[in-house]
Amino acid sequence: MASKASQRSYGLVVLTATLVLIWVVIASFPFLWTLWGSFKVQGDFFSKADWTNALTGTRTIAETGGYFTLNGYEGAWIEKEFWRAALNTMVVVVCVVVISLTFGTLGGYALARSGYRYAFWLLMLALVFRAMPHITLVSGYLLPFFEWGVWGRLETSIIVLVAINQPFTLWMLHSFFLTIPKDLDESAMVDGCTRFQAFRHVIIPVMWPGVITTGLFSFLLAYNDFAVTAVLLSQENATMVPKIASFLGSTFEEGNVMFAVSAVVSATAPLFVLILFFQRQIVSGLTAGAVKG
Amino acid sequence: MPHKTFMWFILPSALAMFLFIFVPIISVIVQSMYIEHEQVLIEVENCGPFGCTIEVNVDQEAMAQLREEQPLGRFNGLGTYTNRAHLAFAEVGESWASTDTWGDFLSAVYNLPFYRALSFTLTFTFVVTPLVLFFGLFIALGVNSLPRIFRGPTIFVSLLPMIVTPLVGSLILFWMVDSEGILGAALQNIFDDNSLSLKASPWLTWIMLMVYGVWSSTPFAFIVFYAGLQTVPEDTLEAASLDGAGRWQKVRYVVFPYVAPLAVFITLIQLMDNFRVFEPIVGFSAQASATSLSWIIFNDLRGGDVQLFGSAAATSVLTICGVAILLTPVLIRTWRDFNRKRV
Repeated sequence: MASKASQRSYGLVVLTATLVLIWVVIASFPFLWTLWGSFKVQGDFFSKADWTNALTGTRTIAETGGYFTLNGYEGAWIEKEFWRAALNTMVVVVCVVVISLTFGTLGGYALARSGYRYAFWLLMLALVFRAMPHITLVSGYLLPFFEWGVWGRLETSIIVLVAINQPFTLWMLHSFFLTIPKDLDESAMVDGCTRFQAFRHVIIPVMWPGVITTGLFSFLLAYNDFAVTAVLLSQENATMVPKIASFLGSTFEEGNVMFAVSAVVSATAPLFVLILFFQRQIVSGLTAGAVKG
Repeated sequence: MPHKTFMWFILPSALAMFLFIFVPIISVIVQSMYIEHEQVLIEVENCGPFGCTIEVNVDQEAMAQLREEQPLGRFNGLGTYTNRAHLAFAEVGESWASTDTWGDFLSAVYNLPFYRALSFTLTFTFVVTPLVLFFGLFIALGVNSLPRIFRGPTIFVSLLPMIVTPLVGSLILFWMVDSEGILGAALQNIFDDNSLSLKASPWLTWIMLMVYGVWSSTPFAFIVFYAGLQTVPEDTLEAASLDGAGRWQKVRYVVFPYVAPLAVFITLIQLMDNFRVFEPIVGFSAQASATSLSWIIFNDLRGGDVQLFGSAAATSVLTICGVAILLTPVLIRTWRDFNRKRV
């Protein structure tokens, strides 16, 4: 359906296609390269002699006898117990998403249905809280947490992540609930439901798309966090991201860098799958606030 | 909705935000007034076969007791804010008096840790944000003119740099541009210059950090602009071409006004996010040539043997002030919009 307005000259089409292609390469090549390199030994991936070694795998063949090696993964997952960090991450992420959404749907619904001035102020306050760099808040927790003896535990960082996540969750779910017509729950209340019953039986069944999108962003926040988890968790309870950072501290041992490379690839894989399945929700979530105004 | 119902619905959220965002900010402000205890020193006499030596040690027991009695440390008032590690009034005043040119003065100030971090943070924020807007719009226009089948895969690939964990993303780039990585080694080969290395040159480190910033944030601007472009009405574009508008004129006078509100939204989010730049500095191990406000807070908390709560808190308060200054215009605007809607 090429209307007159969208017709373009041949040269311009080639130019834009080339530029988009360059962007696609810039966006994806680092990932592909690291994935490829994670199956090599350090001498190849970080080649002092000749960078083509990384392609031909000269050192990898010399050291392990194969073109690809799983040494990095073995070292990270088994020797350095990355599986423990992965398990901790899973616990933290699941808890954060579930609690954030429970709190967020209740609060977002209330904000969307209340026309009072204080609802607006709460939203403004949430915006200010969203802007706070996380690390500045974390420095406020540390001393009290040491005093109470709750530092270093998974539960503590789950609660902190939920709280830090609330402003964003509230904003998103609030604007999502605004799109659900007021008549829906009001007619339920006319029929004799209490406000909570209306929310429970009428709103919850139609709110799932918004909740899934918001849940994805809560997942990303909890999964990607470094500032909070690095400072609030002890070494034994570390999640994946601080764990990767700790691999880097001990790069003097030969091969440890490759542990970090493999761990990085392992930590990226779930995100890759996430985008694969939820691309549409992520895009709509990012644009919901902006495009609808 | 009655006030009471509203309160019950909002309670869990509000409580979480109050306890873990508002109270910590108060806690940070209080902590910034205190500094850690002076170390209690005791002299220990070690006697060996070659006579006795006197060693000065830290009295751990007395220290522990002191911490027990006053967990916050010694009261220091606003002293932490003005000391050398933060606003450094004395040092700045001295360099103001002793230097002749602006260049000398600025470089003297730049050597103070807080101003060093501040200058990187601000440079990063104000270089990355416009570039992200520019490239984002550019790519959005490009993708929008692609055949439909290519758009899905392009969006998929574009989301990767944004969604990947910032520390992981910066490591992935760092390993490539490292002097032993593929790009770093290739550059050294091309320019035949072995000193061309990220670690050796502060300027290259700054540039690479900003390249990372643009790489990881451009997708966000792209997606938002792209979604906006979908809503530009075809009729208006067609009318514009009937009136004889060229391709560029259509973009300039129809598309730009349409996506301008989106640019404001992206700028706001980018200012907030770039101001807290932190992970790439850890990923690039760039602290020798570039530090940010967030990084010095982290370093006070995790870097040394002793955790400098007071120092971290003072930097935190200053950072929060910085965020507040950045946000003020937006908040004022939102406030006006809100009042206009009510009337």
